[in-house]
Amino acid sequence: MSIKSQKDFFSGLMFLVVGAAFAWGATSYSVGTGARMGPGYFPLLLGVLLAILGSVIMFYSLVVETPSGDKIGAFAWKPICYILGANLVFGVLLGGLPSIKLPSMGLMVAIYALVLIASKAGDSFKLRDVLILSTILAAGSYLAFIVLLKLQMPVWPTFIAG
Amino acid sequence: MDLIANLSMGFGVAFTPVNLLYAFIGCMLGTLIGVLPGIGPVATIAMLLPATYALPPVSALIMLAGIYYGAQYGGSTTAILVNLPGESSSVVTTIDGYQMARKGRAGPALAAAGLGSFFAGSVGTLILAAFAPPLTELAFKFGPAEYFSLMILGLIGAVVLASGSLIKAIAMIILGLLMGLIGTDVNSGVARFSFDIPELTDGIGFVTIAMGVFGYGEIISNLSRPDDEREVFTAKVQGLFPTLEDFKNMLPAVLRGTTLGSLLGVLPGGGALLAAFAAYTIEKKTKLKAGEVPFGQGNIRGVAAPESANNAGAQTSFIPLLTLGIPPNAVMALMVGAMTIHNIQPGPQVMTSNPQLFWGLIASMWIGNLMLVILNLPLIGMWIKLLTVPYRFLFPSIVLFCAIGVYSTNNNTFDIWMVAAFGLIGYLFLKLGCEPAPLLLGFILGPMMEENLRRALLLSRGDWSVFVTRPLSGGLLAASLLLLIIVLLPSVKSKREEAFVEE
Repeated sequence: MSIKSQKDFFSGLMFLVVGAAFAWGATSYSVGTGARMGPGYFPLLLGVLLAILGSVIMFYSLVVETPSGDKIGAFAWKPICYILGANLVFGVLLGGLPSIKLPSMGLMVAIYALVLIASKAGDSFKLRDVLILSTILAAGSYLAFIVLLKLQMPVWPTFIAG
Repeated sequence: MDLIANLSMGFGVAFTPVNLLYAFIGCMLGTLIGVLPGIGPVATIAMLLPATYALPPVSALIMLAGIYYGAQYGGSTTAILVNLPGESSSVVTTIDGYQMARKGRAGPALAAAGLGSFFAGSVGTLILAAFAPPLTELAFKFGPAEYFSLMILGLIGAVVLASGSLIKAIAMIILGLLMGLIGTDVNSGVARFSFDIPELTDGIGFVTIAMGVFGYGEIISNLSRPDDEREVFTAKVQGLFPTLEDFKNMLPAVLRGTTLGSLLGVLPGGGALLAAFAAYTIEKKTKLKAGEVPFGQGNIRGVAAPESANNAGAQTSFIPLLTLGIPPNAVMALMVGAMTIHNIQPGPQVMTSNPQLFWGLIASMWIGNLMLVILNLPLIGMWIKLLTVPYRFLFPSIVLFCAIGVYSTNNNTFDIWMVAAFGLIGYLFLKLGCEPAPLLLGFILGPMMEENLRRALLLSRGDWSVFVTRPLSGGLLAASLLLLIIVLLPSVKSKREEAFVEE
């Protein structure tokens, strides 16, 4: 038996594992009966259902022929790392990280960092263009979010703004 | 007449300068973001939602409705000019719209989409206003068993009309339902699946899911494709107005599209999408006039009909949300989230307890549609300029707006970590060929379904047959079963797959 549809096989596996995990987790809460449903009742039901569907999807992926094999293809690690990394750095700089005593650097610094890192995900990276873009975005965000919408967030690093 | 009295009250609310301004800003922002390729209405609304937090509820909803129409219209613009559908319901628009653009007739195509949408939107609004009160009456007869069955019907309807594998879509719904259950159980106070993380006891924010899966997931997958496939027709847009002959061809197509869209939009599930496909199919079946351009090569009817249909459908899909409180698609699911943030529990009681809001929103829908026409036809040049901005400038900006939006939801960095995780998950879904829209719908419905199931079974002392023996509930379940059977019929199944492949 070989995998006929890679996409379906692995999505089925994902549903099976996640469903089983939810069902297993649900048993640690009181399940109760239909008339008196405990917090575990509905998740257990859904988890089992999801696991069953997952196994059905997996079964089909082993049986039903697909012309191309439905290959998943390579993961785009570069954009994943840069985009999500930019997002994480933005969070750290904006909110600070108390566990390593990093103070909040504020929105402006965070915007420059996010745009610089995120831009790395693209095919071409020109430092000059990226710096211009970040400056425009920083100014625009200040105007839109801080001045007009009055969102509450640190704008400047704490050691400057105090 | 009640209808007129109600509508005039609505216009009274919506026609205040402040609300008109918010409707305008909403349409403007919605179009601005919606025009960007690869950003559909769901991501647009999720991204702009934080901008409405500070507003009073009526204004916030009016602005959100404006954003929705704007995003939808912006998506059509991208479909016509770049051959990239911003969302699934404008997939058919690309077929003839893009061909028209290639022949230098992008202007008439855009005008046809705009005017057709406006007409359809106006009709849709009237239908919504006329049918909402009687449906609300009906909704008050609903007990928990009926609500539960209705949600089943809604979810089944959503997957039946979704593209791609049916069973995977159902699995995605269940996954969404499960994710919706994360957090404190309202009845027992037990924090479920929270792994002792305090932020998780409030549940996962739906903005984080929508933004991560729809925003980041799609950016990553866009970036992993080479960008030379895109060809923008920007220089060639001249002569916006359709000729007299175009109008003659358009008119019946718009009428047919509107009728179809209004009917199908009420159905739970992606009504707008089905409406657009059906409208295009019908146009294709009608006979071509002498000298008319064949379909697939730039026929204006191929743009006007599906665009009217999807706008009429978009309008009438508010009916189940406003009368029953049940979102029929992912966009409406976001609207539920937005209403809850403003402390409005969507459902039949909104109309009676908060008529100002209800009718104001309906009136503003029409205003929003009008604004789109006023805004878009003259400003089309500006949107086109936006399309020429290289993607390498666009995507960091989108990432930034997502990040700021997520942070400002709760002023909490935890949400930023969550959105990163969901970005990864969203990309994984795309890679595995799992459509994310049903997940969002399930996520919103999860707690509602559990609550209604619990109540129904409590009332029946644990007897599951209550769902079948109560006539309304039984009817709804029978309808869901029928839907499933129809889709699984071999002949329909192959047609359905064909319809979704035909891009």
